[in-house]
Parts: sequence; C-alpha cells; structure tokens
Amino acid sequence: MERYDRERMELSSRDIVARAINSEVHAGRGSPHGGVFLDITHRKADYIKQKLPSMYEQFLKLAKVDITSQPMEVAPTIHYAMGGVRVDAETGATTVPGLFAAGEVAAGLHGANRLGGNSLSDLLVFGKRAGEGAAAAAKSGSSAAEPRFDQREIDDAIAGLLAPLDRSDGENPYQLQAEIQETMSNHAPIVRDGRGLEAGLAKIVELGSRSESCGAGGSRTLAFNPGWHTAGDLHSMLVNAEALLRSGMERKESRGAHARSDFPTTDEQLDDVNLTAEKSPDGMVVKPQRRPPLPAYLAEAVRHAYARYTPEERE
Amino acid sequence: MQISDLELRIWRGDAGGGELISYSVPVREGMVVLDAVLWVQANLASDLAVRWNCKAAKCGSCSAEIQGFPRLMCKSPIAEYGERITVRPMKAFPLIKDLVTDVSWNYDVNKAIPPFTPSDDDLRSSEPWRMQQKDVERAIEFRKCIECFLCQDVCHVLRNHDAKGVFYGPRFFVRIASLEMHPKDTLDRRPLLKGKAGVGLCNVTKCCSEVCPEHIKITDNAIIPLKERMDDVYFDPVRWALRRLGGGRKLRANK
Repeated sequence: MERYDRERMELSSRDIVARAINSEVHAGRGSPHGGVFLDITHRKADYIKQKLPSMYEQFLKLAKVDITSQPMEVAPTIHYAMGGVRVDAETGATTVPGLFAAGEVAAGLHGANRLGGNSLSDLLVFGKRAGEGAAAAAKSGSSAAEPRFDQREIDDAIAGLLAPLDRSDGENPYQLQAEIQETMSNHAPIVRDGRGLEAGLAKIVELGSRSESCGAGGSRTLAFNPGWHTAGDLHSMLVNAEALLRSGMERKESRGAHARSDFPTTDEQLDDVNLTAEKSPDGMVVKPQRRPPLPAYLAEAVRHAYARYTPEERE
Repeated sequence: MQISDLELRIWRGDAGGGELISYSVPVREGMVVLDAVLWVQANLASDLAVRWNCKAAKCGSCSAEIQGFPRLMCKSPIAEYGERITVRPMKAFPLIKDLVTDVSWNYDVNKAIPPFTPSDDDLRSSEPWRMQQKDVERAIEFRKCIECFLCQDVCHVLRNHDAKGVFYGPRFFVRIASLEMHPKDTLDRRPLLKGKAGVGLCNVTKCCSEVCPEHIKITDNAIIPLKERMDDVYFDPVRWALRRLGGGRKLRANK
C-alpha cells in the first residue's frame, strides 16, 4: 500500500484501498483468485482471535486458511449505493406523496463517498426523522401525503406483476438477474470510463426489453415463489442500473468512489452539482442540478471540521 | 472449477405435506450448502422457497437441518459431507413452504420480555455511564446472538414437546441473561423466569450450545446462572425455613 497511501497504508479509506487492489490486479500482481493478499500475521494470534473472531473462523472453516499465521486473499466488493431516492432532509419525504425513505435507499447524505461507520448514524438520525415525518404527514391528513391512483393504474400494476406467471416459455428470471450483475460488474467497475459505461447502458437497455417477456421460472404458484419475486424485482434492478450508468457517463470527473480513467481528476466546478435521474416520455433523463446551499448550522460545522486540517492534509 | 456432482435431497412441500426431492448439482471449489440450494433454485426449481440474505453467517436467515443437524446453510461447506446431502426445514416451527418456516412465535416471546430499564438517575445523568470491563465482556457474548433460532430448533422442550406456551427457549434465556446481568438494569426478571419463561424445564442437555453458530455458551453462561438466581430466591431451604419462622414475609420477587 505504500505506493498508494504512504501515510495510512492499509488503514487508508475504503475507496483508495479498493482502487489500489484494482491497480495491482491489473498490473498482474494479483493473487490466484484475482484479488490480493492481506497479511495481519504481525499481530499476535490471541489479539486477532479476539478482535476478528468471525473473520478468523470463516477463513478457517470455509477456506482452510489460518489468518493468524497465513495471509488471506481479499478483493473489493460493492461499497455502498451513494445515489438513491431524493428526500427532504428534515422529514425523509420523497417526491412521491406519502412515500418516505431513509438509509442506503436515500441519496445525498454521504456525498460521493460514504466513510466507514457512517451508515449506522445515518439510520439512527434519518430513520427517526423519516418515521416522524411519515407519522406527522399521516396524522395531518394532508392531501400532499396521500398518493393518488386511478383504478386503471392499479389494474395495470397488478396485471404487470402477474404476467410472468402466465409466460410458461418466458426467459428464466434468475438468468436475467445474473446478466444484470455481470453487466454492471464489467461496465461500471471500480474504475470506469465513458466507453465502457456506454456499452453497459446498451446491454442494460437490451436486458430491459428481454425482461418484458420474462417468465417466473415455470411455476404458477403464488405461495413463496422466489422465481416470481425475482421476475418482479428485475424492473427495479434495471432502473437502478440505468440511473447509475447514465449518471456515471454524465459525471466527467473522478470524485469519491466514482473513479473514471478518462477523467482522473476532480472538477471543482462540479463541487455543488448533483445529478438527478427522472422519468420522461422518452425514457430516463439525467440532469445536472445545483445543490441547495447548506443550512447555516451545517455550513458552520463543516467549516469547523475542515479547519482542523491543514490545506495539504485536505488533499 | 467443477469437481464432481452432488446429490442434493431437499424437502419440498408445505404444511399439507411433502417429500424429499433429489437434485444433481455440479460442485465447485469452496461451495457451501446454500450455494448448492441456490443453484437448484436458479436452474432446476425456480419456486424453491428458501430464506437467505448475507451469506456471511451474520443475518441468521438460512437456518435449516443438514443431515439432520440444525445448521446455517451458508456456513456449511459441501466438502464436509459426502456426495449425498439431505436438507430439511427446521422442525420446531410451523412450515410455510420447502425450507421456509414461520418463526414469528419467537418475535412474540421477545416482545413479552421487559426491556432494558436503567434507573431514573442514570437516565437523567449527562455523564457517560461507567461499567466494569468484565460486565462489558459478559454482555458482549450474549449480544453476539444473530437470532437464527437454531438453538430453539434443537431444544427438545420445544422440538419434541412443543412446550411453546410454557417455555421461552434458549435464545430468550440468552436475552434475559444479557438484561439481568447488565449492571445498569434495575428490573428483576426472576418471577418471569420461574413463571412464563419456564427456565426450570431446561434439563441442561447443552444441545443449544452445541448448535450455536456464534459459539455462545448458552447453557453454561446464561441458563445455569439464571437457574441459580431463580433457585436462590424460590428454592433456597435456609430461606424457606427462615420464612416459616419469620411468619410469611413475602418474596421480594413476588411483588
């Protein structure tokens, strides 16, 4: 790790370690299974067993590797969805009346890079706010909190959910799910580029049209039928994948966990620009939007936090 | 890299009945039983019902009985078994479908346990609470529980005698122990232990400790100390004699 973060080494932030592993593997210095070796054997065995009991046991039991005496093979997996549903920070209200969100599904709190330990505090603070927001909206009986559907929309939604059950020769939903995963791993990986993202988008669009004729896997049962559930989940997976790819293409810079090899530096002009994905008659549209200024008390807190570091350390 | 084929027998059916169905699964290096079950689901039986989530032995969802033993499927390497593996749902709970059981009785029991209750002084205090390190470590062991309910499944009081109305089961003795042994808690749950929780029904066979994927010493560190606490107030012969002499002083725990 001294090549990537001489000061903090292996204790560097997650995005830097992930990119370092990625670089090492691409340079041909990876481990046999395509990761790298993490060696903690300089620590005493008792310390490792006490501090990392689950990791110690899992490596020993599932891989037959004793991490107190041998290096372990590691590779980065998905970090966190920093994007998500746009919410009002005080109440957790989304732009859909009556729908409230908090946690990883909600966007904005962690900027471009959630740091370790922050999702728990996110849940505690914004889970409380969203719960209170939802309760207040329900009690107020305001029409803004009440979603409105007409019967046709409800009928369409039910028909759409039930449709895969009737397509006995439709494609296997698990197969489509696996292809979405593969597409996103290949085209929106730790370090992306415009061409890869664009090619990924073309594949996702194609998977989208295939999913419209997807079956439930051959069984018509409504009782705990995971094949049918997977068929229903595909739409959400595809919307998420498309929003991620389109936003990644639009954001022509590297920032936090979003690293582009064709735009490797951070563009300060984009410091306060968010990208929002919206549904339009012509499909999904991604638009840049100026982030509203921070409330005074938050701006003050951020200023304090920054003041503790010298400009060099801030880099 | 495929090594060989495995005959995986999975119990399929619902509360109305069912049978073991055999599936042939290609085995890959490092595969666990959950991988094999999910391979069957993706390729041979799309409606095979199974609960799973983290695949890292932390969410407690994929509990089942492998070769008759309650296990987490994600923590059971294929290589530990032969070429024929049998997976059944947990027996102690009502079956929903295939490998999925209704464990909601456990959540009802959980709600019936009076929660952590510190003193008013502690609640009002703006100072951080101070606890001895040994008290912290005792609580940490109990809080490792991931609520997989394998201990409930293996316990013969629940499994064979279905004593759900009079016995809370090992999982909840662990929870009660974590509260009773918390130095900042003020409640006395001994009447509950003697009454509805029915700790006296446990006859210390230690099966629960044996199946716990978090290796909590359920019997030694939770149940036996709770039994001792309860016996101390209800079944101590010296206290009994003193009570007879002193003329019917009510038990503190009976308030």
